[in-house]
Amino acid sequence: MNELIRLLSYMICLAAFLGLNLAYLGWVERKGAGHIQRRTGPKDVGPYGLLQPLADGLKLMSKQLIVPANADRPLYMCAPILTMVPAVLLFVAIPFGEHLVPREFSFGLLMMFAFASVGGMSILIGGWGSGNKYSLIAGARAVSQNVAYEIPMLITAITIVMITGSMDLNEIVRQQGGYIWNWNVFRLDKSILMPVSFLVFFICSLAETNRTPFDMGECEGELVAGYHTEYGGMGFGLFMMAEYANLVIGCSLTTVLFLGGWQSPIGIFPGPHWFLLKMYFLIWSFVWIRWTYPRTTFWGLLNLSWKYLIPFSLVNLLLTALFIKVF
Amino acid sequence: MDRAKIKRELENLAAEGLPAEPPQEETPVEVQTEAEGEDKAKPKAKKDEDVPRKNGLIETEYAKRGTHLDVQINPDQVVKAAEILDAEGMTLEMVTGVDWLKEGQLEVIYDYSYPGGQLFRVVVRARLDRNNPDIPTVCHLYGGANWHERETWEMLGINFVGHPQLEHFLLPEDADFYPLRKDFKP
Amino acid sequence: MSSLAQSQLRETFELNIGPQHPATHGVLRIKVVMDGEYIDRAEPILGYIHRMHEKMGENRTWNQFWPNMGRLDYLSAMAYNHCYAGLMERAAGIEVPERAEYIRVITAELNRIQSHLLGFGAYIMDLGGFTPLMYAMDEREQILDLLESVTGSRLTYCYFRFGGVYNDIDDDFITGTRAFLKRFRPQIPMYHKLVTGNAILMDRLIGVGPISADMCRKYGATGPVLRGSGVNYDIRRNEPYSVYPELDFDIPVYKECDSMARYMVRMDEMVQSCRIIENALNKLPEGPVMAEKVPKALKPPKGDYHYAVEAARGTFSMRTVSDGTNTSYRMRLRSPTYSNVSLFEEASRGMLLSDALAFLGSLDPVIPEMDR
Repeated sequence: MNELIRLLSYMICLAAFLGLNLAYLGWVERKGAGHIQRRTGPKDVGPYGLLQPLADGLKLMSKQLIVPANADRPLYMCAPILTMVPAVLLFVAIPFGEHLVPREFSFGLLMMFAFASVGGMSILIGGWGSGNKYSLIAGARAVSQNVAYEIPMLITAITIVMITGSMDLNEIVRQQGGYIWNWNVFRLDKSILMPVSFLVFFICSLAETNRTPFDMGECEGELVAGYHTEYGGMGFGLFMMAEYANLVIGCSLTTVLFLGGWQSPIGIFPGPHWFLLKMYFLIWSFVWIRWTYPRTTFWGLLNLSWKYLIPFSLVNLLLTALFIKVF
Repeated sequence: MDRAKIKRELENLAAEGLPAEPPQEETPVEVQTEAEGEDKAKPKAKKDEDVPRKNGLIETEYAKRGTHLDVQINPDQVVKAAEILDAEGMTLEMVTGVDWLKEGQLEVIYDYSYPGGQLFRVVVRARLDRNNPDIPTVCHLYGGANWHERETWEMLGINFVGHPQLEHFLLPEDADFYPLRKDFKP
Repeated sequence: MSSLAQSQLRETFELNIGPQHPATHGVLRIKVVMDGEYIDRAEPILGYIHRMHEKMGENRTWNQFWPNMGRLDYLSAMAYNHCYAGLMERAAGIEVPERAEYIRVITAELNRIQSHLLGFGAYIMDLGGFTPLMYAMDEREQILDLLESVTGSRLTYCYFRFGGVYNDIDDDFITGTRAFLKRFRPQIPMYHKLVTGNAILMDRLIGVGPISADMCRKYGATGPVLRGSGVNYDIRRNEPYSVYPELDFDIPVYKECDSMARYMVRMDEMVQSCRIIENALNKLPEGPVMAEKVPKALKPPKGDYHYAVEAARGTFSMRTVSDGTNTSYRMRLRSPTYSNVSLFEEASRGMLLSDALAFLGSLDPVIPEMDR
């Protein structure tokens, strides 16, 4: 009974956290973009434009749902929902604090990757189901991109698993306790390539979440709006929200694996505030990158993964194994 | 680019295209499109007669006309003229069509310029029968002529023989009129 | 080309880019036959904004045709004004006061900077970088404000007249222009630092969309496209008009023939335009801005006339056939992008879709000017 109440309250809290994030990350992005671009960003709805997300949501919800004539109706309708499901589901395994984790899985990391790849599929389904050539090209691009970037991401995660000897996310965080040099980014004693490895993981999560400079699924300069060209109203809204949910997930995972999760860098007062601080810092850097960089080509994107990131992460894996065996 | 050579070759080309009967004047200095100072002495009546200009080459004054050489040739000679100018590194700047309703003729004007540094502009013009406006295309020499000729075709109905794609371009696909012809009634 | 594209199993599909598409800067439509991500054939289809300016030229008196000149290339309308003014002054033999010519050059060059700024911003936006556009727009606003103060309009200028300009510039304009130049000059190195040096941008531009000098010649491509292919050809130098021979400036030429070269030519041209403006402001003579005795109803002598100017996108030239009346018998407008984009079909063959759009952006098309 106690467990049930605990799970229920977690669900409510998570839903609130998620909803707030999805709404206000859009605001943060627009405001950030505004300040990067010498303008103010949203400012009319509410103080500092704080009610803008509500207005946007209302507008999206009140729009008519139009299904294109030659769309595959079931696929077209289920794609936006399908893209939301893994994004929401994955929050269950994330350790926000030492005891603030909805459900401790001993195989949390595995679950993360398993469900994250569903997100890529939903983009393909949406692109295919729209019956639009732009969406189709975008869907195909997004899938090959997701496949290409999941490999270096997984290999990098495996090095972390080898270091910690656990797939439990909370256990991974626990082992990074103490001071900042105990974080996995700076564990030079396990592999001297660890900081670069963090960078690889960061780039991969940028690509996995379909953000600029890797927004091949969207790339509005070429493919109009990519896989969600034909979506309007809340269908588009769900895709948009899933993007931010994935952003939060990606940054949380990076924080957990490399930046010591809820651990404090100075050894005192560990807790969820550290986790949120690190996560939002990463999210802000995503926003920053998005409004600073142009887009790569599809070719450049795949080249980066297959020619640089994958070989590098393999070298890092071998090096880590060597370090663990020798020292 | 050799100005003298271009002038010589175009002059020969224009002479070739002259009708068989001997020309009344030695050099075809013309009248109808010419309003230069030297012509002012000529009888005014002649100007107003609107006699179509004879084939031949005129050296025009740049400050007044914006061109250096102005040569009129027969329609079947435009490819030869384009070859002469292409060999000298000239570029085809534009193709213009003019409808001379009174004379019952259509005129095609090719503007050539030299992109290599020296200022040199050549105008090549050819007059066609209005009822049978066929002229060979210069597309195979100048890729840029493709769009210009296509436009001239659709605006004036000048048929560029050998053009790869004489389809409607700027006008709607169902346009069955030639808007720049002088007898066009909207 | 990939081995897949060369293999027997070729399956192509058609894709219509435009008429409404973010990358086509307006209502250009490109019918693309795609082979996977590669382009088999890309045929630009024009005419969505065709207004038949040439016919209008035949129906209106010479003076009534002025407003049309602002509506061809709405980004560098001043150069088009310049061409029409020059053409009719050549035809009717009107002498223009020197001060008017200087004012023409100053405003036309300000307009060129403005056009290149927007071209720069919009081009980077095509490539997915949104921020430079906003920076460019910021600077562009300053120019538009300046030009509005003398011409009365922000975009579709109708400022020049036969024999001069409509309105003399005042001290506010001169000090404002000087202040703008002072503010704008350091911005260009900043753009280079922020944008040009970006590894992703360099990857996308260098070597993309090669156009040889000979291809430019065959297609009649001019302006930054031609100068990006290593040909030093600029009407302002090669066929001097107005007071350009009295001002000192350089013609930026790049030999790389790729999109980066065309981009760099535009960036460098902004610097040179600043030089021209500053030079012209220093030399600005006193005097009238309108020629005396310009007939109200202009009747140029019979004959045909040609005039060419360097607009922001290349050579804009006009040929008019006058039959001695107060309207034109035939008005021909030769717009630079028309010729520049005509080489797209040949040059884009076998390109990746994203490269082709980067290439199209480097031609900097303005659709109303192509369709006329």
